[in-house]
Amino acid sequence: MNLYTFASPVTFYHLAGKLIPWFTWSAILLTVVGLYLSFFVAPTDFQQSEAYRIIFIHVPAAWMSMFIYLVMAFWGAIGLAFNTRLSFMMARALAPTGAIFTFIALWTGAWWGKPMWGAWWVWDARLTSELILLFLYVGIIALWAAIDDIKRGDRAGALLTLIGAINIPIIYFSVKWWNTLHQGASISLTKAPSMAKIMLIGMLVMAIAAWFYTIAVALVRVRGIILERERQSEWVKEILERET
Amino acid sequence: MEWASWSDFWSMGGYGLYVWGSYGVTALCILIEILLLRRSAGDTRRRLKRMQQWEEQ
Repeated sequence: MNLYTFASPVTFYHLAGKLIPWFTWSAILLTVVGLYLSFFVAPTDFQQSEAYRIIFIHVPAAWMSMFIYLVMAFWGAIGLAFNTRLSFMMARALAPTGAIFTFIALWTGAWWGKPMWGAWWVWDARLTSELILLFLYVGIIALWAAIDDIKRGDRAGALLTLIGAINIPIIYFSVKWWNTLHQGASISLTKAPSMAKIMLIGMLVMAIAAWFYTIAVALVRVRGIILERERQSEWVKEILERET
Repeated sequence: MEWASWSDFWSMGGYGLYVWGSYGVTALCILIEILLLRRSAGDTRRRLKRMQQWEEQ
């Protein structure tokens, strides 16, 4: 029993099955705590009044949109380098959730921008690079869907993911490199130190909740992919016999 | 606690539309993802099961 054991789809299928309830319940619990902090503990902002409360989903969603992409790029690189089947499956399992978080980041940004900037959308460097990220996710998913040969699709998708990874530092540093309407990373947290702490804690709790949610849904998705790809093997036949 | 009443809570200092527009759509996205995932998980298993029975005949 070593780390490589978990790289085998059959072991991972069962491990994932055991982990899913834990991540699901942790995500639910943290979301409840996070929402409570966001709406009932965090005080009114002296500049933005209650509109700032969008931050508790906007920032975690934006972090997730970038982080999931990096994890996908990591699995893609591992898959290309070592030809490990499970790595490509993990990348495929993460992409839809990454796309959803990117959409949420853009959507909540628009609904925050409208009352604060007076515009739903501006072609600002931060916003534009995040929109490109959404197109990358959609493009990668479409590429996988378009290539019938699973191995070729896996490799093409991984390659596109790695090329697109250049966009992640662009998003992250866009507020420094260009003069953007989007605020810098630290401004919202240093306005008033006394309230910054609870805002930060609320945001972090929501971010961890988003992480656990992502892990839970990605594990459910990867289990489906494993069954699909290993359908000729005896263990899948046994599982289908038992579960359906 | 910042809220004097429930209507005070829902109005979000006049920004209710924007705050609830953000949280509502986020909740909807997550709900849709979970529902689609549950459905496709069941579909995959049923389809593979059918293929398997077909091969056995």
